Amino acid sequence: MTEQITILLVIIPLLCAPITAIFKSHKIAWAITFFVSLCCLLISSYILLQVIDGSQVIYELGGWQPPWGIEYKIDSLNAFVALIVSVMAVVSTVFAYASVQREIDDDLYGLFYAAFQLCLLGLLGIALTGDIFNLFVFLEISSLSSYALISMGSNRKALTAAFSYLILGTIGATFFLIGVGFLYAASGSLNIFDIASRFETYEKMQLVTTSFIFIILGIGLKAAIFPLHSWLPNAYGYAPSVISIFLAATATKVSIYVLIRVLFDVYPMEYWSKLLIPQVLLTLGCVAVIYGSVRAWQQNEIRRLLAFSSVAQIGYIIIGLALLSHSGITSAIMHMFNHAVIKATLFMAAGMILYRARSTTLSDLGGFAVNMPWTFAALFIAGLSLIGVPGTAGFVSKWYLLEGAVAQQKWFVVISIALGSVFAVAYLWKIVDAMYFSAQRKIHITKVKSGDISLAVAPKSMSVALWTGAIACIYFGLFTKLPTDAAKSVATALLGS
Amino acid sequence: MIEYILGHFNYWLIITVMMVGLYTLISRANLMKKLAGLAMFQTAVILFYVSLGKVTGGTVPIVDDQFTIYSNPLPQVLMLTAIVVGVATTALGFALVIRIKEAYDTVEEYEIQKMDSDS
Repeated sequence: MTEQITILLVIIPLLCAPITAIFKSHKIAWAITFFVSLCCLLISSYILLQVIDGSQVIYELGGWQPPWGIEYKIDSLNAFVALIVSVMAVVSTVFAYASVQREIDDDLYGLFYAAFQLCLLGLLGIALTGDIFNLFVFLEISSLSSYALISMGSNRKALTAAFSYLILGTIGATFFLIGVGFLYAASGSLNIFDIASRFETYEKMQLVTTSFIFIILGIGLKAAIFPLHSWLPNAYGYAPSVISIFLAATATKVSIYVLIRVLFDVYPMEYWSKLLIPQVLLTLGCVAVIYGSVRAWQQNEIRRLLAFSSVAQIGYIIIGLALLSHSGITSAIMHMFNHAVIKATLFMAAGMILYRARSTTLSDLGGFAVNMPWTFAALFIAGLSLIGVPGTAGFVSKWYLLEGAVAQQKWFVVISIALGSVFAVAYLWKIVDAMYFSAQRKIHITKVKSGDISLAVAPKSMSVALWTGAIACIYFGLFTKLPTDAAKSVATALLGS
Repeated sequence: MIEYILGHFNYWLIITVMMVGLYTLISRANLMKKLAGLAMFQTAVILFYVSLGKVTGGTVPIVDDQFTIYSNPLPQVLMLTAIVVGVATTALGFALVIRIKEAYDTVEEYEIQKMDSDS
């Protein structure tokens, strides 16, 4: 029974997406999407409950035995990532109801939601599958639909952003494919667990190192690890706000999940430790933290600022992984979850500002906090959490990260984390300063029918989604048991100790 | 040495196609030419996979007493999927180029960047 349910996570969006594409009506398309993401949330939480004690759920597609057939092998890490994706899908669908009607053309509603479901399907598929070629296919399903979704942004810069994401994303995916080819040539298998179990027999081949480098580069591009992040700021900055929320919270996290799988499950740790990978990742992570935060501080547009801050936050996750210690990996896994919640909340706040003020440029928003105090409060809470103030979710993961860095006496890592936090205060202060302390300015708004109430009131559905996120930021800072336990069990499983 | 080079002739060709594609992708400012480079780059990977599966003297994988050596069909099957992905990527790329042409009235990257930085 449980095994059969896992495949439904992929089947339900796959079946519903073409049906959604038929409907022109916004209400119906939205209702189907909401139903799909709710189903995915229920199923993935059910699966997480099944595997949280360390057991595994195995599903063989079409009844073909692995390693010949495709196998879904779900442990606590897979289930955790699938849960992050489906929670974010539900939250962004709730947010979408009002926002999509504003930002997307009337005749594209059905197609928009269909592409959204395909993106969800791809991300869930990556999280579940145990077959490395199948993973490539899901990676491309999610990427192709996200290119289309990003290009629907109202600014024409969204088009060029989507195009450069398409070029770089395809290069990344093709590199990954070359790597998979080399690995297949060496091992004769595509099943991740089968490849790993026979690794000693072909470890000496030159092919294996080549395949490793190609796969890491490909995934690094998709995960926007510095210096391969150049597509991210524009893509998230100009996408429709729902898509910024959903992708910022999930797409890079899922790619980092693939990186974790490749590093800890496919190739043994002793193998790539010799290739200086931990040192390289640690250095890149530190540079990403400082560079991303400084660039975020230079931005004048809230959504681009948040996108650069994502580059920095990915740096924290990479540092956590590269420390290779129990607390480092715990912090990386927890930060995947916490950052998804925090960044989704911040992008939702930005989306609501965009909804009401039709602009997210800081110079247009002087004193605007007075007009939307609740949204501003939620943005402030999520901002505190991003900085890592005690009592918020961001603090917990940063604490574990610092603990891991101090335990290994890597002082330059400690310094970069501290610098990153200082700049985080600086760039979030920029928003607070512009919105709260600047003199109030009359906002110049175009293309609005007179008497449009949206200027005065933010839609209920948006507020619900926003405050769910903001409360989660606080909740997971005070009651840390759930994510900490899940992250610790994952870290123990990955390190095998 | 000569034997090594000739023995891996198909791989040298694939590397050439791949690098020509990647170079076109990087060096051309015209978005259509970029997409053409991208398509070449992907095609090289498809050729690479097909080469992987070929066994010298092997036949198609059919059950028959006369044949004992078969080429591996799996890489070719995988490439069917990769071809579909490649077609979808190119189609989406062309669609975006059309939209960019409508919005900017040009498909030259430098002109687009100039317009973006001006606005």
